[in-house]
Amino acid sequence: MTVTDERPATKEVGSRRTRKEDQRLITGRTRWTDNIQLPGMLHLAMVRSPFAHAKVLSVDTAAAKGAPGVMGVFTGADLAETQGANINAWPITADQVTPTHLPVVVDHVACAGEIVAVVAARSAAAARDAAELVDVDYEELPAVLDMKEALTDAVLAHPDLGTNKSAFWTLDSAEAGTGADVDEAIAKAREDGIVIEREYRQQRLIPAFMEPRSTVVDPTGEQIVIWSATQVPHILRFCIAATTGIPESKIRVIAPDVGGGFGGKLQTTPEEFATLAVARKLGKPVKYTETRSESLLSGHHGRDQWQRLTLSAEKDGTVTGFKVELLADLGAYVAIVGGGVPVLGAWMFNSIYKFPAYRFTVQTILTNKPWVDAYRGAGRPEATFGIERMMDELAAEVGVDPLAIREKNWITHEEFPFTTVAGMTYDSGNYEAATARATELFDYDGMRAEQRRRRESGDPVQLGIGVSTFTEMCGLAPSRILGQLNYGAGGWEHASIRMLATGKVEVITGTSPHGQGHETAWSQIVADRLGIPFEDVEVLHGDTQIAPRGLDTYGSRSLVVGGEAVVRAADKVIEKAKPVAAHLLEADVADIEFTDGTFGVRGTDKGIGIADLALAAFAAHNWPDGLEPSLDAEATFDPDNFSFPHGTHLCAMEVDTETGATRMRKYVCVDDVGVIVNPLIVEGQVHGGLVQGIAQALWEGAEFDDNGTLVTGSFVDYTLPTAADTISFVTDHTTSPSTTNTLGTKGVGEAGTIASTPAVVNAIVDALRPRGIHDVEMPCTPERVWRAIRSAGADSAGAAPSAAQPHFDESEGDVQ
Amino acid sequence: MIPAQFDYVAPESVEDALAALAAAGDEAKVLAGGQSLLPVLRMRLNAPEVVVDLGRIPELREISDDGEAIVIGSMATHSAVVASDLVREHAALLARTVAEVADPQVRHRGTVGGALVHADPAGDVGAAALALDAEFTIVGPGGSTRTVAGADFFVDLFETAVGEGELLTRIRIPKHTGWGAHYEKFVRVAHQWSIVAVAATVRVEGGTIAEARVGLTNMGSTPLRARSVEEALVGRPATEDAVRAAAASAADGTNPPSDLNGDSDYRKHLATVLTRRAVLAAAQG
Repeated sequence: MTVTDERPATKEVGSRRTRKEDQRLITGRTRWTDNIQLPGMLHLAMVRSPFAHAKVLSVDTAAAKGAPGVMGVFTGADLAETQGANINAWPITADQVTPTHLPVVVDHVACAGEIVAVVAARSAAAARDAAELVDVDYEELPAVLDMKEALTDAVLAHPDLGTNKSAFWTLDSAEAGTGADVDEAIAKAREDGIVIEREYRQQRLIPAFMEPRSTVVDPTGEQIVIWSATQVPHILRFCIAATTGIPESKIRVIAPDVGGGFGGKLQTTPEEFATLAVARKLGKPVKYTETRSESLLSGHHGRDQWQRLTLSAEKDGTVTGFKVELLADLGAYVAIVGGGVPVLGAWMFNSIYKFPAYRFTVQTILTNKPWVDAYRGAGRPEATFGIERMMDELAAEVGVDPLAIREKNWITHEEFPFTTVAGMTYDSGNYEAATARATELFDYDGMRAEQRRRRESGDPVQLGIGVSTFTEMCGLAPSRILGQLNYGAGGWEHASIRMLATGKVEVITGTSPHGQGHETAWSQIVADRLGIPFEDVEVLHGDTQIAPRGLDTYGSRSLVVGGEAVVRAADKVIEKAKPVAAHLLEADVADIEFTDGTFGVRGTDKGIGIADLALAAFAAHNWPDGLEPSLDAEATFDPDNFSFPHGTHLCAMEVDTETGATRMRKYVCVDDVGVIVNPLIVEGQVHGGLVQGIAQALWEGAEFDDNGTLVTGSFVDYTLPTAADTISFVTDHTTSPSTTNTLGTKGVGEAGTIASTPAVVNAIVDALRPRGIHDVEMPCTPERVWRAIRSAGADSAGAAPSAAQPHFDESEGDVQ
Repeated sequence: MIPAQFDYVAPESVEDALAALAAAGDEAKVLAGGQSLLPVLRMRLNAPEVVVDLGRIPELREISDDGEAIVIGSMATHSAVVASDLVREHAALLARTVAEVADPQVRHRGTVGGALVHADPAGDVGAAALALDAEFTIVGPGGSTRTVAGADFFVDLFETAVGEGELLTRIRIPKHTGWGAHYEKFVRVAHQWSIVAVAATVRVEGGTIAEARVGLTNMGSTPLRARSVEEALVGRPATEDAVRAAAASAADGTNPPSDLNGDSDYRKHLATVLTRRAVLAAAQG
């Protein structure tokens, strides 16, 4: 079943190599996009709409054009012919309503922050000064900001479309033949079982990468060269070619070192298109770098769902069905993956459990807020939150420990590979092992004992314990599945290996790292595979001219898909080298065996090193007839299946019942991410991911006023945590190698973020449950916690009140 | 983030600074550390023609002892105040409060005078200065000098007694030697402005509170004194119950704001809880 036995000796894979890219990244001795200076380069400033919804009646650019240093001022109308468009690559239904998204608007603004005009000047300061002089005459239109109100179509985000409803997408286990009918399961449970109905809010978040987005365009050569702080140089090149008419072969996109993304840089942005359009108009190199305020307002946002969830179970807690009804706010436009993000949750709401019946629906909705797209986890954090909150609610209803209710329903390790009610086949996993290790590290029984003591003594600081057992689908993605889903591209990845004459090796990857440490991990893989020193491997990426084929970095795909392409390219190098070794060693190719960097002749002590073969290829003086004098190889890998990392996360939260303040007391996670290439990098990914997920639970949330103005428009109000707000996490791993790739890896980029949010909220609710509280909306601010305590009163200790189990069928509005 | 153009002057004496301000009229802004002013300029919420930087006037950075009081130059940085033995010994509340301002980078550049004159109601320094009965020395055109008490110094949101063309030069804090002190700051993330905070300093004699001073941060448009709490504490034992009873009136007469971090009623509730905690901690030393 597995190919793990064929793996070569691993000296590098598994070692805690410090990252070879870190010296230049940490000391700043690298060239970020904003550092690029070109001769005669101009700088841009954007004029943005302060209104969420407006008609642009006129744009007076005369004063700005006359300002010192200004070389041009362009409106949407000026650029209309050439500016291209921001496209949606994944129409989730054939009838999806998709508004046209022009980078610079012509006459209609659909959210605050949209670009109305672009100023080009000799300095960034001159551009900014002149931008203040552009006089735009708007006619403000009523804005629709709340997604539930948007459903009524009373106010339209795009009046010309006639509706705010973009698409309705369904996955039903009865229809798909993967399970039973969920409504029947629920009806039966209403008679003789348990039905839990909840509505949860997934608040809107803002990706806050460290390096603001920046783009430089040089149109002065035969090729147009575009540097951009992007996760997706290849996709950007494709989209520019597809929408501007510039031949793809005339575009070179470079993503130099990029400072973070978290999904926020997988967009092709209006700013990139506008910068390109102005550079072409003026025939000069042009740079645009956003301010942090612009980043928070005009980059895409994440999450933003209402989740209406119905879980049916037998009286003993065995789940019989799960119905998921989502509303997902897309914002003003359907972004590149847009509506597909909630759809990714369709396969994950059933998580690690054996549910017999399941239905998932999502209604995507257009509003006059900034657009929404992938943010670390993309659809899977939302799903994990929903199901893990529900499993805790079920445990409370049945009256058992939250771990027991999970164990009763999860897939046991003997049952892999397991095809879920959503139709996914999980290849490997061991939920029992991860949970056993986590409870041990957490001192689960000890923490429960302390919780009891605090409850009994009436301590003003109560303790809550939150559980999150999660899985995710990583390694995006098998191209055939993407095709079935009508996604606009494949999911393969490409790599090539160049064997240099001096013994050094260049590895070219189509993935595009922006902080993950690919250069180190890929070097470790290739060093083992080719038997060469780690230091001799150079990893090249992020330039469409150097790495011509690739589908970039997102969705925990780089190692699982891109790493496997590297392995396959390396294997091809070895296969190409064998007949050459046989020729030089005067042996039969069948007797050549490759070990630890040396091609030997079986049964003899004769051998030749791989570096010597590379030199032989360079000289080509003595080469077998009929073979090309090259050991270089390339490979494209298209996975057959996703990978399914999983883990058990346990969180203890202290809740100050006097103020509502919460404090994290302990956090333990045991993740199974398959075979680990570099434990240090994995630890970093887990730690960072945890903080991002905890931040959704406690701190972050995009808030708008009644006019659609982003209130959390700076880091003063968008309360991003720092190290001062977090504790030391306890992390560990169990390992069930993935069977879908040679390395046995599963992906780790999103795990922490996906798992931690429900662990934290479950802990807070667990602390308050004796008071009759069964939910606190995220972010769980002190004020929300305090109000929950105050409104519940302290007199309802014990069973949840009847209001804790409302029936959607009997109430029309919100249930919270 | 690029501010609109402005002229920059960095005088080396108070006289020259006053002259620069007089010359610019109402088009000038004073730079006193810049931790609030620079973001305002960069976001173009204000566009002065002249910025007068007080950073090169050494006398404004001095911290000294005049016998009865500690005198702090308005350009003393937060970190200088926190590190000052004089302040720690005789105005412990100020040292403990200023130690909670923002983060180390901000404390290294920001000044107590800058923070006081900026008068952000969520700023920390005002409550402690008010509680310690600080007096503020303001110099005006031609070197005219006046001294203003705390109650008159804080006028409104972002408004103090320091008028156009004037400078705050010194903050004089009567010695509170031997008083216990604590600043109880309530925030969601560490680097945030105070949602509510309470500055308390008490003199305890044999387990009984002899004197108490309590200042409130962000419970109105200016820092406030919780005088009813102070009065209720005098003569009471420094016990949880006694302090709880006294602290119950902490929010009386206040009108705190409602915003993203909390509605007014929540802040009023917080003020009572935080006042109790601050006073009890202060009484512990």
